[in-house]
Amino acid sequence: MSIKPGRNIRNRFHNIWMLICILLIVLMPVILAFGLYFKASLLLSDNSVFSLLFSKDWQPSKQNFGFYSFILSSLWITILSLAICAPVCLLSAIYLTQYARSNVLKLMHPVIDILAGIPSVIYGVWGIIVIVPLIANHIAPLFDVETSGYTIIAGAIVLAIMIIPFVLNILIEVFNTIPEQLTEASLSLGASKWETIKFVLFRKAFPGIISAFGLGLSRAFGETIAVLMVVGNVVKVPKGIFQPGYPLPALIANNYGEMMSIPMYDSALMMAALILFVVVLLFNFASRFAITRFELRI
Amino acid sequence: MMIKRKKIEEKIFKVLMVLATMTIAFALMLIIYSILYKGLPSLSWEMISQTPKGGFYFGKEGGILNAIIGSLYLSIGATFLAFIVGLPVALYINVHLVKRKKIVNAIRFFLDLLWGVPSIVYGAFGFSLMIYMGIRTSLLAGIITVAFLIIPIMIRAMDEVFKEVPRGLMEAAFSLGSTKSETAYKIFFRQCVPGVITAILLSLGRGIGDAASVMFTTGYTDHIPTSLTQPTATLPLSIFFQLSSPIPEVQNRAYASALVLTIIILIISLSARMISGKYQKNKINF
Repeated sequence: MSIKPGRNIRNRFHNIWMLICILLIVLMPVILAFGLYFKASLLLSDNSVFSLLFSKDWQPSKQNFGFYSFILSSLWITILSLAICAPVCLLSAIYLTQYARSNVLKLMHPVIDILAGIPSVIYGVWGIIVIVPLIANHIAPLFDVETSGYTIIAGAIVLAIMIIPFVLNILIEVFNTIPEQLTEASLSLGASKWETIKFVLFRKAFPGIISAFGLGLSRAFGETIAVLMVVGNVVKVPKGIFQPGYPLPALIANNYGEMMSIPMYDSALMMAALILFVVVLLFNFASRFAITRFELRI
Repeated sequence: MMIKRKKIEEKIFKVLMVLATMTIAFALMLIIYSILYKGLPSLSWEMISQTPKGGFYFGKEGGILNAIIGSLYLSIGATFLAFIVGLPVALYINVHLVKRKKIVNAIRFFLDLLWGVPSIVYGAFGFSLMIYMGIRTSLLAGIITVAFLIIPIMIRAMDEVFKEVPRGLMEAAFSLGSTKSETAYKIFFRQCVPGVITAILLSLGRGIGDAASVMFTTGYTDHIPTSLTQPTATLPLSIFFQLSSPIPEVQNRAYASALVLTIIILIISLSARMISGKYQKNKINF
């Protein structure tokens, strides 16, 4: 046996380092959750969760921290952006997986990749250049509304474009996991291509489609800079899509660093981060779980 | 009649599908066009070769070199750190745990969850941790925060590459007496170098572009940092700050900075595509 003496030691060293790295990754969200909760506990000890989430009062100087208007803004923007993005993604995913010729695919692949790679701040700049004036000068006047353009709908449109590549990629993956025998069986029974898509492919893929939208929703919920730049940031319960909003991530980004003097304020912003973290994690968990189940069943 | 109506329905939806796909392509062109249109007129050599001079934020002379260099330092540092932690994890999943399908799937599931955590949460957490430990905003703090942000992305991207390595290759290595770590680094890693580089470039692009996580951890300064403990300017924040200025010249420079960032991102993503395209050609097929 002529084994070099260092080999086993090296092997053991690498194994230990690998295990440390894995532990670090697995523990990270636990540490994150505990850290955020620890910071937020100062606020939670004085107020009930219910009153924090559903109170409209936001006056940090008077120790009033109601998240209702921020949560509602976040919900408006996220749901609206999904409503814009969902039909586009669904139609496009069906087209790309069922109808498109290979040269269209070759063209669309880099397009989706590049869209996914563009930083959120660029989306924000684009929103300010194109979407905000478009809304102020063309879309809002159609509804007899006067606005600066920095509105919830502007945030939603920018966000919708941002999550399109993300949702589209998952949808394409979902449609590609549907076995070809299924669609072929349907075609051989005399169904047209469209009927097959509608009654076989769509039905079979339905759980996967919902999960893809769930993941898009959670991605949109946590997006910060791009939304912050176009949404107006006014603390008020939004009453329509042409009003400014102030979503949770923007609240953290705008005020962090300035609130260090007031411990309660600091705690309130950490509470906002905790809400984001928990909501996104729950949505992600449910969607990923559904997708895994869906892939196993197929 | 019925058949005709169905035909019409299919036609309508087909048109809608093509329209949706075209909308996506059009959105990308519109984004790139509007950034070019607004940014190109104010882009000059001075802008990318100088640091801000006095009165830069009132429209006087200077450039954004501090932010360009800062962003490169930050993202390269973070990518390096993420690579040191990420590569062993990706290898471990695919070599050591190859027979434990359930554990591997659980770890993958977990990484996918982590991928979704918004960067602002990392930023806020990182900042309060820094306050707690008494560290000021610095390049190092930013590097660590961004590294955590991109680790799940990097691991999953490398994992997808290692997954494709044929089982026989691993068994051949084991049968010749390699230890597990030798198989991991000398066989799996070498076999997948182009794929790993693609994963690294993907993470690099994400690291350069993220603003929310570095906002409080890296700070902002007009100088090019000379050590890890100094605050550092980053491109996304530089764009963000210049754009919030009421002065038109400064805003125009923000557009030019946005153009610079877009070009950097395009270069990174195009080279990633090229490398992964080459990889497909050189892969050993069993």
